[in-house]
Amino acid sequence: MNTSINNTVVERIKRDIADHPVVLYMKGTPVFPQCGFSAAVVQILTHMGVKFKGIDVLSDPEIRQGIKEFSSWPTIPQLYVKGEFVGGCDIIREMFEAGELGDFLKNKGVETRAA
Amino acid sequence: MAMDAATIERLIKDGLPDAQVSIEDLRGDGDHYAAHVISRAFKGKSRVQQHQMVYQALRGRMGNELHALALQTSAPED
Repeated sequence: MNTSINNTVVERIKRDIADHPVVLYMKGTPVFPQCGFSAAVVQILTHMGVKFKGIDVLSDPEIRQGIKEFSSWPTIPQLYVKGEFVGGCDIIREMFEAGELGDFLKNKGVETRAA
Repeated sequence: MAMDAATIERLIKDGLPDAQVSIEDLRGDGDHYAAHVISRAFKGKSRVQQHQMVYQALRGRMGNELHALALQTSAPED
């Protein structure tokens, strides 16, 4: 991992997480996830009725590497809400199971379907 | 590219010396693990920060040699 993240990648990431309230960097697409961890997060967000933008890192190697350096986080998926990194699969699942995720999204002004 | 549980545990303890680490090999294939890490160093840190500290201890192996490590972290209760 000695290729350093370049500015255009950082700019793209910053723009994407600023333009969309909820962004999931994932392997595959929300309709066809290519990895179980990505699929699990898609399932939770869908279950909660959260609208999100999925960004497929498999189709974009620059973003795939760039997002890991951007957040100092070595794995995909990565969830961003209102520009803030919230966590990967384990954290999202833990927050969901503890019932914290809904409150967190509500506090951020993100619409969810009433459970 | 698999890693054994003892190596993972040693790396985590090198980075977080007081850590209590329990590791489960989820599929018995040396490639999918779940780890629960308890350390005082986690106190006052967010979940993201706690996981980042564990990843730092694994020094770049996470996402490379180590494909899947489900992480759970907590600070010890007083």
